[in-house]
Amino acid sequence: MSQATLKVEGELTIFRASELKPVLLANPAADEIDLSGVTDLDTAGVQLLMLAKKTALAQQRDIKLTSHSPAVLDVFELLNVAGYFGDHLVMGSSSKTSRS
Amino acid sequence: MEMDDALETFIAECRELLEDMETALLEVEAAEDKSEMVNAIFRAAHTIKGSSGLFSLDHVVAFTHAVESVLDKVRSGKLALADKLVVLLLACNDHIGKLVDGVAAGEQSGNPQLQAAGEPLLAQLRSYLDAPKDEANASNSPDRGARNVPTADTEQVQRINADTVNADHWHISVRFAPDVLRNGMDPLSFIRYLGTMGKIKAIETVADALPDADTMDPELCYLGFEIAFQTRVDKAAIEKVFEFVRDDCRLVILPPHSHISEYISLISMLPGEVARLGDMLVRCGTLTPKELDMALDTQADTPSKPIGTILVEQGSVRPEVVEAALTKQKQVKETAVNESKSIRVDADKLDNLINLVGELIIAGASVNLIAHRSKVIELTESTSKLATLVEEVRDSALQLRMVRIGATFNRFQRVVHDVSRDLGKDIALQIDGEDTELDKTVVEKIGDPLMHLVRNCMDHGIESAELRQQRGKPAQGTVKLNAFHDSGSIVITVEDDGGGLKKDRILTKAVERGLVEAGHHLSDSEIYGLVFEPGFSTAEKVTNLSGRGVGLDVVKRNITALRGTVGISSEEGAGTKVSIRLPLTLAIIDGFLVGIDKAVYAIPLDMIEECVAYSAEPGHDYTNLRGEVLPFIRLRELFSVKGNPAKGENIVVLKHAGQKAGLVVDTLLGEFQTVIKPLGQMFAQSKCISGSTILGSGDVALILDVPQLVRQAMDKGSQVGQEHAVMN
Repeated sequence: MSQATLKVEGELTIFRASELKPVLLANPAADEIDLSGVTDLDTAGVQLLMLAKKTALAQQRDIKLTSHSPAVLDVFELLNVAGYFGDHLVMGSSSKTSRS
Repeated sequence: MEMDDALETFIAECRELLEDMETALLEVEAAEDKSEMVNAIFRAAHTIKGSSGLFSLDHVVAFTHAVESVLDKVRSGKLALADKLVVLLLACNDHIGKLVDGVAAGEQSGNPQLQAAGEPLLAQLRSYLDAPKDEANASNSPDRGARNVPTADTEQVQRINADTVNADHWHISVRFAPDVLRNGMDPLSFIRYLGTMGKIKAIETVADALPDADTMDPELCYLGFEIAFQTRVDKAAIEKVFEFVRDDCRLVILPPHSHISEYISLISMLPGEVARLGDMLVRCGTLTPKELDMALDTQADTPSKPIGTILVEQGSVRPEVVEAALTKQKQVKETAVNESKSIRVDADKLDNLINLVGELIIAGASVNLIAHRSKVIELTESTSKLATLVEEVRDSALQLRMVRIGATFNRFQRVVHDVSRDLGKDIALQIDGEDTELDKTVVEKIGDPLMHLVRNCMDHGIESAELRQQRGKPAQGTVKLNAFHDSGSIVITVEDDGGGLKKDRILTKAVERGLVEAGHHLSDSEIYGLVFEPGFSTAEKVTNLSGRGVGLDVVKRNITALRGTVGISSEEGAGTKVSIRLPLTLAIIDGFLVGIDKAVYAIPLDMIEECVAYSAEPGHDYTNLRGEVLPFIRLRELFSVKGNPAKGENIVVLKHAGQKAGLVVDTLLGEFQTVIKPLGQMFAQSKCISGSTILGSGDVALILDVPQLVRQAMDKGSQVGQEHAVMN
């Protein structure tokens, strides 16, 4: 399987949700999403990431989120969704870290 | 509120509740729909327990708890409220009353005697509790037994011991409506804001509603959150956080230590995610796995029934828990309503008010007098208007002291219930005229005499069932209590349908005791009156209730002290009737002033039948009143007033207890509002005078004791009557 990394830049929010959905779910799907460039994340954004994860799992694949930006980490921590994605959080607290 | 005040309120409330409980207990046997009564009884016990807990009165809590547990069984239908149980519960009721009295006397933790007195009751209660339990109970909640043990933990008692979870944080469950994002709200911001009000201990993001990629609309919100939240703010404040999305989300906020059923209903509210949601509650730390298992097992077993029912059936949630919570709410409401209807006022304040009104009347009378003298028409008019108002103020002030006699009467239900059991007689109490009102002081003081009379009726009056049947009477005896107003006084009658008084036996006994001389002619009422003499009892056997010859004379003394009279009438074989006549009020009356020479006397207006011009057979003390012989007393002679009678004397016709007598006076001075001032101890022995009052002029007028005067006139009259019976 090829290593396809998708890099999301800028806001990952409701304002771009419609625009980003097809990108995140593009076929062939990415198996890694680089979040280092995300400047803002909201509920809609979290939902999209969850959708991507869920879709991947449904297709017997996995998807990794990497290089979480501070904005992303903040939200992940607030909502305690790191477990949902099961990724390494480079800067997260150790308690939230789990391995997939 | 001061603790002492609170405790006082608690004691007063407890007493009221105990009274309610007793009434309900007495009525429950006869009641058609028992459940209402049983609930009332349970509520009373429960409330007493709850509030005792608040005051850390552990001994009260412990005892009441046992009572409550038994009542609980009755309520759930596992135990029939049979005769024997009612008796036990009544005894328990009394015991709680004693405990409360103890508390009132300052015994915060009970005393050994009371403790000992409570033990047998507790043992009996336990025998009801140890009846085989529902099996489901035992299996489903192993800690159930523990809950039956009374605890001193105030908080737990207050919280209605039940299946509460251990978590000490709030649990917030929120599902946002899909549109919330489009409306410009971000659920994230609410959660952030929540974080400023307390500590989010744990949060679970619920994404189960997230649809497949194809159908998912990125602009709709599919998320929900389960939040364990530790905070000091209250529920309303938490709700406020979500105020902007209140209509756009499904929000459930459960306080710390919530009932497990509330979590279950939360879980069941969200179909399809039962197990997951449960997991989340566990992960939030809100529920322990054990608590969750318990809830889920129950739910899975019987999916078709509402969860609440199942839980109740299986005993993992006791029905009263929910109900108690509801009742509590209702009670709060009811108290609020009651409070607006009536207020507790210190009796002293009320007395003070009555005193002031009394002074006002006296002052008003003197103003009236001056106005009349000044002959200024306007002044006279306005003072008369003022006088009317003062009169109204007087009436309503006196009304404040009036209480219904019903409460006093109802106490006798219990007495009759207990005593008839002791005596082995079947006796019913019939009450009439409960709505009759009379002065609070009178009501308080009439209780003991009435008690004695009722007991007397039951013990001596009503025959045994066999004897009754022989006499062709219904096996069940009846004691009747009645109260009604009659010419300015209140009449209370105690009546039984028993054997009646035996005239000859009373007479023999009286002669034996030297109360009357043998061969002395006595009227029926005089003979019956003898039973009120000290040291008189015709009872052949002395029981522990009455018959020791002390009592009826005490009854008479008590009633006389209230300016009342007592009379008795009886028919042998058919029953006895004791009538107590009491003045309506003890403070202010409408009086009628009469004059002898320069002295002024007041007569209670209600006792005056009419006034007629003086006429009499020369040398005799009676007159012809429309064909009737009316004995009279010359007031001038009675009080040894010197000087000759004025011309145009008048006779005031007095009426008391069905008897009439005349009073010869010089002048009639008219009506006057009379504030009764008691006479000093020095004048206690003076007969025919019941008090004094102050006139508008500042002079003192004596108030005549009408019953005494009438009696005196009758005594004289009957002698006269006997003398003249021969002549006629």
